[in-house]
Amino acid sequence: MVKLRVNGNDRSFDGDPDMPLLWYLRDVLGLTGTKFGCGMALCGACTVHKNGEAIRSCVTPMSAAADSEIRTIEDIGGNGLHPVQQAWMETNVPQCGYCQSGQIMQAISLLKSKPHPTDQEIDDAMAGNICRCGTYQRIRQAIKLAAGKIA
Amino acid sequence: MSQIENVSRRRFLKGAFGAGALILAVRYIPPLLRHGQPADGQNDADRATFHPNLFVGIQRDGTVYIVAHRSEMGTVIRTTLPLVLADELDADFKRVKIDQAIGDQRYGDQNTDGSHSIRSFFDTMRDCGASARWMLIQGAAQQWNVPASECSTELHTVVHKATGRSLGYGELAAEAARLTVPKKEQIPLKKPSEWRYIGKGATSYDLEKLCTGKAMFGMDARVDGMVYASIERPPVFGGKVKTLDDQEALKVAGVHQTVSIDPFKPPAAFQPLGGVAVIADNTWAAFQGRKKLKITWDRGPNESYDSVEYKKELRETAHKPGRLVRNVGDSAKAFPTAKNVFEADYYVPLLAHAAMEPLVALAEFKDGKVTAWAPTQNPQAAQAIMSSELGIPKENVTCHVTLLGGGFGRKSKPDYVAEAAVLSKKLGRPVKVVWTREDDIKFDYYNAVAAMYLKAAVDDKGKPTAWLQRSVFPPISSTFDVNAVYGDPPHLQQGWTDLPYDLPNMRIENGPAQAHVRIGWLRSVANIYHAFGVQCFTDELAHRAHRDPVEYLLDLIGPPRTLDFTNVQYPNYGADYKTYPWETGRLRQVIEMVAEKSGWAKKKSRKGHGFGIAAHRSFLTYVATVVEVEVDDQGEIRIPRVDTAVDAGLVVNPEATRAQFEGAVVFGTSIVRSGEITAKDGVIQQSNFNDYPVARINEVPVQTNVYITESTAPPAGVGEPGVPPFVAAFCNAIFAATGKRVRDLPLSNNSIFG
Repeated sequence: MVKLRVNGNDRSFDGDPDMPLLWYLRDVLGLTGTKFGCGMALCGACTVHKNGEAIRSCVTPMSAAADSEIRTIEDIGGNGLHPVQQAWMETNVPQCGYCQSGQIMQAISLLKSKPHPTDQEIDDAMAGNICRCGTYQRIRQAIKLAAGKIA
Repeated sequence: MSQIENVSRRRFLKGAFGAGALILAVRYIPPLLRHGQPADGQNDADRATFHPNLFVGIQRDGTVYIVAHRSEMGTVIRTTLPLVLADELDADFKRVKIDQAIGDQRYGDQNTDGSHSIRSFFDTMRDCGASARWMLIQGAAQQWNVPASECSTELHTVVHKATGRSLGYGELAAEAARLTVPKKEQIPLKKPSEWRYIGKGATSYDLEKLCTGKAMFGMDARVDGMVYASIERPPVFGGKVKTLDDQEALKVAGVHQTVSIDPFKPPAAFQPLGGVAVIADNTWAAFQGRKKLKITWDRGPNESYDSVEYKKELRETAHKPGRLVRNVGDSAKAFPTAKNVFEADYYVPLLAHAAMEPLVALAEFKDGKVTAWAPTQNPQAAQAIMSSELGIPKENVTCHVTLLGGGFGRKSKPDYVAEAAVLSKKLGRPVKVVWTREDDIKFDYYNAVAAMYLKAAVDDKGKPTAWLQRSVFPPISSTFDVNAVYGDPPHLQQGWTDLPYDLPNMRIENGPAQAHVRIGWLRSVANIYHAFGVQCFTDELAHRAHRDPVEYLLDLIGPPRTLDFTNVQYPNYGADYKTYPWETGRLRQVIEMVAEKSGWAKKKSRKGHGFGIAAHRSFLTYVATVVEVEVDDQGEIRIPRVDTAVDAGLVVNPEATRAQFEGAVVFGTSIVRSGEITAKDGVIQQSNFNDYPVARINEVPVQTNVYITESTAPPAGVGEPGVPPFVAAFCNAIFAATGKRVRDLPLSNNSIFG
């Protein structure tokens, strides 16, 4: 039995402890904002926060999520929008939008550790998140805009 | 989820619009689309109080429903076309709700590919909005007992200025619904100066949902009682299952059973590839069970396909005389007497789409009918293939369209939707088929591999006196006709037939190639390799002549004129040639514009720092691109800046258009840096983003500037045309910085230094 908190709610899971957190969130809890893109931590579409840090849920087995606090895109703004989400909207970042949950969760994590990241720091932190539509230029702008909002 | 569960109404369809028609570039747009189709309660627009045509409905509370019949994969088309209707309606877009249409031939063409949604439906949307507005005005005039000519509209309101009276659209809905829909000739359209939204644009209707995880993609579709399926498909195209042992698979917790899917009957078209499906409680269990299957395969006719050998074959074919596509003058006579002749070979490999959302579809077969929810660019083709695979009439097939997590042409081919339908019929319950990334890359309809041979005789100034170009690629038509080996006009036209140069002798040819995988459309399609060949060869000739590449390119294009395709098969992307002529003057203008904006005249390439240009017309849009690159001692390439000038005619949504061109250079960066699918023993060798890398944030242009020409020409495409010139300009910039020509893509197969 794996016990964990997801978006502030206590949960327990008695299925296969090897099942990645991604599929627990999506198929069991119905939290489909977190996306499946590659299954190998290569694209970042599945990024969620575990105890406040960005992780790839597609390669995080439920056993490794035990006793942790998981937060997903659905809850990251509380009852409103997180400043990073606001910046994403103001910069009109998404095209298809499929990768953007992961991009936003990764960016929030970056800004926690580096409130005013340089271009190089943005590239380093975001290089694990693929956007096939090619919104990278706007992602960079939005992160800078969000940095200003948070500060 | 409610979005999906609320739209389960079925509609009974009539007639046939087969998948085979899709490759012919014939777009069916019903002449009477704007008027009179019966409202039958399929969606909110149909059910609204005032429903004057297919695309709009107005409720008593003033809510305006506008139908989006095109698929949303990131181009913002689901917002932009409704915006055109809202403009002519003079509606407040904040009070508009968008209804996503199911696949239904009553809407005309719904295949959201070929960058033609605005071009094909701009007039229809205007008519539909204007006729509704006209009826609202008539309704108000009757109520006030004044002439309609004295009434006008302001945002969402009809007003009678003389008496200061006004009525909201909601208040007029019931009255307007009693009136007869006007004929097209009766409807006054707004003057461009009166446009409220057209030319200004709007952000995506789905923007907030896309930023909060609430948007519903195909991957997110759910219905009660559904099971999950993962399919082991034949590793070689055209193979089939010989023996199956599923004992271990069935032991995996959560796995219910396995189900065999029949192999396709050639041609493959949109049929499932066949194989064995593992059915389970959740996606993970289905994946795990699938890994435990023991299958032996009959590998079929393509098991000796080897992409290294195949490349040699294509190149040999490209060096032999081919089928004539277009001829000007007499190159055969001009070449032997020429002093200086240059030639070069170019090559672009198979490319995979790799949209971020792997293929996925949910289908429910019940009581002889099937309902599917799918991220499809092509819901009518999905309907057709489900109908034929299940042996039920199309009237009994409903295909709902979710948001698409990228498409790039792959999701125009609904084989994955058919898989879900076939499985649901066999199991008698809803089934969601989830492709892994590996499936997505290994079982694609690839952009064709192409070899090109170009030859030019040049005069003392380096200008060609004779030109020969020959391309060889397995055609898309091979997916629909096993005997097809030559390029067809819809794909040869893409940057090959329409060589825009003003030269006395030009010979354009195409050679045969047999396909060994499924070939299909990918963002800008044959333009990718054709523009690469033509624009890189042009740059080579410019440098050999020690001439400025911009000046040289303009010299070859020659004076402004309309290209003459008399006696040449040139489909012009399905558009009327009088309305959308090929005008070299417009290509010149974007070249001049991008040269000016990029500061080309002041930029001097040197070792390690280079600039390249290319220009291309595709999907009726003219684009010129300048790329700046920096190359360090290790051959690492950085792209500080890209400038792109665009003439796409009238642009409805400039912000969305800019985004498309920004994205196109990223798509092109992937093609140049690492895009390559290879095969050995018939098996595709790539599987995921580790061995089919796509561009990441640290590899793409740092700054992309998009300049949109102010134009009153009719609207043209914007989703695809940014890719081809970028690919060529990037490679030309690499030459300028390194002295090394990139003739075989991708770059990872080239040694830039040493």
